[in-house]
Amino acid sequence: MSRKSLDDKIEIQDSLITKLSYVVFGLGNLIHGQIIKGLAFLAIEVAYVLFMLLGGCQNLINFITLGTVETGWVEVPGKLLPEYKLGDNSMLFLLFGVLTLMITVGFIWTGYCSHKSAKNVQVLEHHGKPIPSFVDDVKVLLDSRFHVTLLFLPICGILVFSVLPLVYMILVAFTNYDSKHQAPGHLFDWVGFSNFGSMLGGDSRMSHTFIGVLIWTLIWAFFATFSNYFLGIIVALIINQKGIKFKKLWRSILVLTIAMPQFISLLVMRSFFSGYGVINRTLISWGLIDGITNAVPFLTNEHWARVIIIIVNMWIGIPYTMLMSSGILMNIPQDLYEAATVDGANAVQMFFKITLPQIIFTTTPYLITTFISNINNFNVIYLMTAGGPQTSEYYVAGKTDLLVTWLYTLTKDKMDYSVASTIGILIFIISATFSLLTYTRSKSYKEEDAFQ
Amino acid sequence: MSANNLTAVTGKKTKSYAAQKRAGLIASYIFLIVLSIIWVIPILWVILTSFRAEPGSFTAGFFPQPYSWDVVNEETGVITRYTQTFTLKNYVDLFTPRDGFDFGRMWLNTLFVAAISCVISTLFAVATAYVMSRMRFKLRKPFMNIALIMGMFPGFMSMIAIYFILKSVGIEKTLLALILVYSGASGLGFQVVKGFFDTVPKALDEAAMIDGANKAQVFFKIILPMSKPIIVYQALTAFMGPWMDFIFARFLMGTNYKTYTVAIGLYDMLDKTRIYTYFRQFAAGSVCVAVPIIVLFMCLQRYYVEGVTGGAVKG
Repeated sequence: MSRKSLDDKIEIQDSLITKLSYVVFGLGNLIHGQIIKGLAFLAIEVAYVLFMLLGGCQNLINFITLGTVETGWVEVPGKLLPEYKLGDNSMLFLLFGVLTLMITVGFIWTGYCSHKSAKNVQVLEHHGKPIPSFVDDVKVLLDSRFHVTLLFLPICGILVFSVLPLVYMILVAFTNYDSKHQAPGHLFDWVGFSNFGSMLGGDSRMSHTFIGVLIWTLIWAFFATFSNYFLGIIVALIINQKGIKFKKLWRSILVLTIAMPQFISLLVMRSFFSGYGVINRTLISWGLIDGITNAVPFLTNEHWARVIIIIVNMWIGIPYTMLMSSGILMNIPQDLYEAATVDGANAVQMFFKITLPQIIFTTTPYLITTFISNINNFNVIYLMTAGGPQTSEYYVAGKTDLLVTWLYTLTKDKMDYSVASTIGILIFIISATFSLLTYTRSKSYKEEDAFQ
Repeated sequence: MSANNLTAVTGKKTKSYAAQKRAGLIASYIFLIVLSIIWVIPILWVILTSFRAEPGSFTAGFFPQPYSWDVVNEETGVITRYTQTFTLKNYVDLFTPRDGFDFGRMWLNTLFVAAISCVISTLFAVATAYVMSRMRFKLRKPFMNIALIMGMFPGFMSMIAIYFILKSVGIEKTLLALILVYSGASGLGFQVVKGFFDTVPKALDEAAMIDGANKAQVFFKIILPMSKPIIVYQALTAFMGPWMDFIFARFLMGTNYKTYTVAIGLYDMLDKTRIYTYFRQFAAGSVCVAVPIIVLFMCLQRYYVEGVTGGAVKG
């Protein structure tokens, strides 16, 4: 809308009807003849009130208590034997509580929209302009409000499959929903920050595991990111140098591994490196090790396993970096090199003064995202070692477990959901710190509109 | 005299330079050949294993050895000795349903899930990207920031919650559930496509709008036709996802064999109790999964490279 109409809007006081549109949704639209729009607003309000009366309010109360009746044998007056009764399901109470809260937020938002719409009509009437019909409103949805049309379904999907589950899991971190409090059957309850307390020092075994796993996660992320990054660039440089033939062939061979489903190549690698695997057999046949009993414990020894995982990750990751930096190399203007040659620069100088700065400059955001995705790199660790070798020092974790794989084991095998959620939140805090420090300072974020 | 001298000097210099260069090239070729061997070995090994006659998970060497076995003819009592190195039996076994494993069905399940979630998530991501790149409205920046924040939580942290949500609707062990999980929140993955849209000059939109087009027409008639590479990239990654994901599939499907995808099936074949019998079938299955994807990927490689490069440069 233009600046002028915006100013008018501020000057014009809300009429009674406009104010009432906060309470009776769509009133302003109805009175000014926008029947369908008004009715739609009203229908949302009626539906919400009905929903709250029929169970929504109960959902909110349950959300606070998380259930009070434990499943078990209950004495029934007038009967000789106690009866087995299903109690409350804390898990569903929490889920429906979050859902009700989200619906409430949506309802408040609708109230806000209803007022805004009423105000709009009021302003239009004040200026004696025609009031848009329903057909006009639909047309606007294909033009100035096209974003509403396009975003409607994606946002619904995001709300149901991303926001709702995420809010739910964040809340679980503040409960004692673990293997001893499984719903249905047992209740769980709010425990405040005690999960975080025990993770960060309260429970010595838990915090020892957390610190140990965290340190390895960071070491892993560092090596996994930078080994792939630099080696990938080197491979790209070698392939792209002048005079190398069959460039496309070399590139395609490496790209094969991107196309090969990761879990297959990782499972194959696991069997390669296992005690009876091809690598050990080959070493025996070359006489380097003496019999299968002396097989190298590639995946069962802590140190070996850590090194092997990083090496295997290079096999997976180098092709990506190679592809990416090939693209960048081709985009470096050739005249830069020609100018440098004229000025008498040699190949090494050109590499350090032109090629490398260009690559590093363009790929810094990539480096950050890769670092974060390596913190969360589930596949390589889980499929290669599943976190092993296990150790009794740790709580359900092994020496190569990352925070995410630990989270996964806790969820899937141990059903310690509250601990798992706590780890999830801590992972978030770590990734957020790393990216906030760097990402918001990056050019692509600040100068988003710059080159349009 | 002086001119002669000069040629002599430069001539010598170019010669040693050329020699140096040739040495460098030879070293590069050796490096590339070694690299290619390392990268191809696991793939080659899977292919060889899938045709291997010798049973078991671990064999003595890298290459399959001739394997002999005796068959007793019950009527005559004659013992016949068979020797084979390579066989097609693994593939036949793979596609013969047994012990609840029905690989053909798993393969079709995955294809179905992949195809539909590819369409949905491409639509969602492209629509969101267009809005974020071209429209300006109050909630735009907040939406982008929320998307950024949500991306920092580990993806499968909310796995249990998603499972319960799907269960409360009663579809937790169906293929529909998988499709919803893979494509439902794909609106959040708009960054790469948005990066591409950002590079399409806005003057094009403006010109079309002066000619009377509305935003919907700009989107469908101008932006989409220009964005084929990035749409192909988006569709390709979305299509490959279900073939490779096994975390969600594993968690959602539980014991419902009928709705397994290839990833769960193949992972289960390497279970400690099954690995001896199923290892060669695992290799055969891997080939059956990898070949279509590799072919597709190689055909569309150009677009993939564009997407990877573009995404990296824009962050």
